[in-house]
Amino acid sequence: MGDNNTMILNMGPQHPSTHGVLRVILELDGEVVVKATPDIGFLHRGLEKLAEHKTYHQCIPLTDRLDYVAGMTNNLAYVLAVEKLLGLEVPPRAQAIRVLLSELQRISSHLLWLGTHAHDIGAMTPLFYALRERDEILFMFEMICGSRLTPSYFRVGGLAQDLPEGLEEKAREFARTFNARVDEYETLLTKNKIWLKRTQGVGVISAEEAVNWGLTGPNLRASNMAWDLRKAMPYSGYENYEFIVPTGKNGDVYDRYMVRMTEVRQSNEIVRQVLEKMPGGAILADDPKVVYPPKDRVRESIEALIHHFHLASDGFPTPAGEVYASIESPKGELGFYLVSDGTNKPWRFRVRPPSFINLSALPVMVQGLLISDVVAVIGSIDIVLAEIDR
Amino acid sequence: MDLATVVDRVKQKFSEAVLEVSSFRGETTLQVRPGDLLPLCRFLRDDPEMAFDFLIDLCGVDYLPREPRFQVVYHLCSTRTRLRLRLKVSLPGTDPKIASVFSVWKAADWMEREAFDMYGITFAGHPDLRRILLTPEWQGYPLRKDYPLRG
Amino acid sequence: MGIETQLGNNVLTTSLEKLVNWARRSSLWPAGFGLACCALEMIVAASARYDMARFGMEVFRPSPRQADLMIVAGTVTKKMLPAVIRIYEQMLEPKWVIAMGACASTGGIFDTYATVQGIDQYLPVDVYIPGCPPRPEALLYGIIKLHEKIGREKLLER
Repeated sequence: MGDNNTMILNMGPQHPSTHGVLRVILELDGEVVVKATPDIGFLHRGLEKLAEHKTYHQCIPLTDRLDYVAGMTNNLAYVLAVEKLLGLEVPPRAQAIRVLLSELQRISSHLLWLGTHAHDIGAMTPLFYALRERDEILFMFEMICGSRLTPSYFRVGGLAQDLPEGLEEKAREFARTFNARVDEYETLLTKNKIWLKRTQGVGVISAEEAVNWGLTGPNLRASNMAWDLRKAMPYSGYENYEFIVPTGKNGDVYDRYMVRMTEVRQSNEIVRQVLEKMPGGAILADDPKVVYPPKDRVRESIEALIHHFHLASDGFPTPAGEVYASIESPKGELGFYLVSDGTNKPWRFRVRPPSFINLSALPVMVQGLLISDVVAVIGSIDIVLAEIDR
Repeated sequence: MDLATVVDRVKQKFSEAVLEVSSFRGETTLQVRPGDLLPLCRFLRDDPEMAFDFLIDLCGVDYLPREPRFQVVYHLCSTRTRLRLRLKVSLPGTDPKIASVFSVWKAADWMEREAFDMYGITFAGHPDLRRILLTPEWQGYPLRKDYPLRG
Repeated sequence: MGIETQLGNNVLTTSLEKLVNWARRSSLWPAGFGLACCALEMIVAASARYDMARFGMEVFRPSPRQADLMIVAGTVTKKMLPAVIRIYEQMLEPKWVIAMGACASTGGIFDTYATVQGIDQYLPVDVYIPGCPPRPEALLYGIIKLHEKIGREKLLER
């Protein structure tokens, strides 16, 4: 029992609505939350230390498992950091494909978010609809790299291999029908009285507080702050595509929902544009010290085989120095801070985890709310525990 | 406003605090004297021309066997000028302590706790400095270079 | 169940066995225990395309007291371990455990200070499903294998 007639209630780490192994210690006065303290670390796997023992290429599968809902964007942030460290230029076709896959990944991540968030609040139907579309995107990922959830498709200098035949057709078909599907989800939720009552005015955070707490991504944009790294500090060719960055006015759960729904439509628009403007050409940078030779040459020529073997077993040396590179992942600003001592393994592999920093503002957002609102707010922040705990 | 101007203004106001300025791949890093970190951070956030309102990242690095052994690295970003800046402070291997920047950017809350958890660096003035990712009874600081991978 | 110890091992008990095993395996209710990435494939296995409902399993019980199956989906860390064991102990007999994915089976790619190298060091596992993460079909195949295993169980042993 707390003092002053408050009750301490433990939520998690095994809980259907905490989106993973999150524990929140709620101090309650009746049903009103006086103080909420998140307790994390239940999925801390020692990833940053493990990465110090692996070569730069071997770290790519580790980054998949960070924000497991959005594997492609994690890979992208990491390879951008390594390419910045090496000073490597990536050819335009690889950049365009990276943008295409990042946006498809953003759609997939937001769809899963929608399904689970709505499920937590009590709307069970959107989950099944959202997973239906998400499966189509995952099918495309499987066509490209063989894996639905943990792609490891990007390489330092470009991509592992070119897009398979039939993928662009499939992606075009997806982009053509997707907007109608989003309309379906919106008819279920956007003007639904129950949804409005449960989400409007809940979990409000103002723009200055949001910036001070380090919030990024849709959470920040819902508080009327138009900050999106794809527009503010473009990377990988995003400046070539036209899209708007949606913002909300009040910074509550409903605004975060609307921002993500609009973002999903905008991502679809970017996918359409990339498919229209897709350049041809090479998919790997021309730097034999770093970049793997193409697989068909490896099977035929002994020099390519030896080259591939050296890269796979020893990695490549890097200039000593430190870099920070970040992208706009579906959760917020995902950055990698790499410190290199000149060898083939990173000296320090630091992940700037957006969900970790977004979640630290939870106590501020749920002050004075009811327990069921806590569930709505946790869902609206869109956390992935593996990114929080690493 | 560009990074060179930012560095000049900082050096003008805090001439002894900035020990070294370096640049690599378009990023600027200021090596700062530990005692001057907090006033410098306040200046960077509050000055209307600097306007570094975002603390993007705060982490520790272990440079064993070099002394000073630890470094705390701060990544700042300004939404107004769209500039990024990196600050570093070097701390000794025994009893590393630095002022907490929680009073300037609340985002430092959990990040400083994580640096404490992983490296054992103490942040003076932090409201609630305890382990965040590991259990409270854990012995040792895992990200230090002398801590084995398998524990 | 005490009655079959009196009756011994004859036609009556083997038919009873078949009936009981059929009932148990046709409506295994999983306890929702998604820890990490494998949890996503578990959720998808319950969704419309892969459909665990045809096995009677779409009801993921939030409370372990109402569940018979614990699908450990994801990495078990040392901090989470006491919670896992406590939830297992809260489940009522008969109960089964599936270790889904590489991390639950052996620790996976995370051979570090904070990861338990396989949940079978602490819990009796019935089926291991390899993969990182295993496809939803792989999870369904593992569940079918568990159904076959339950079908072979003897009443006198449970």
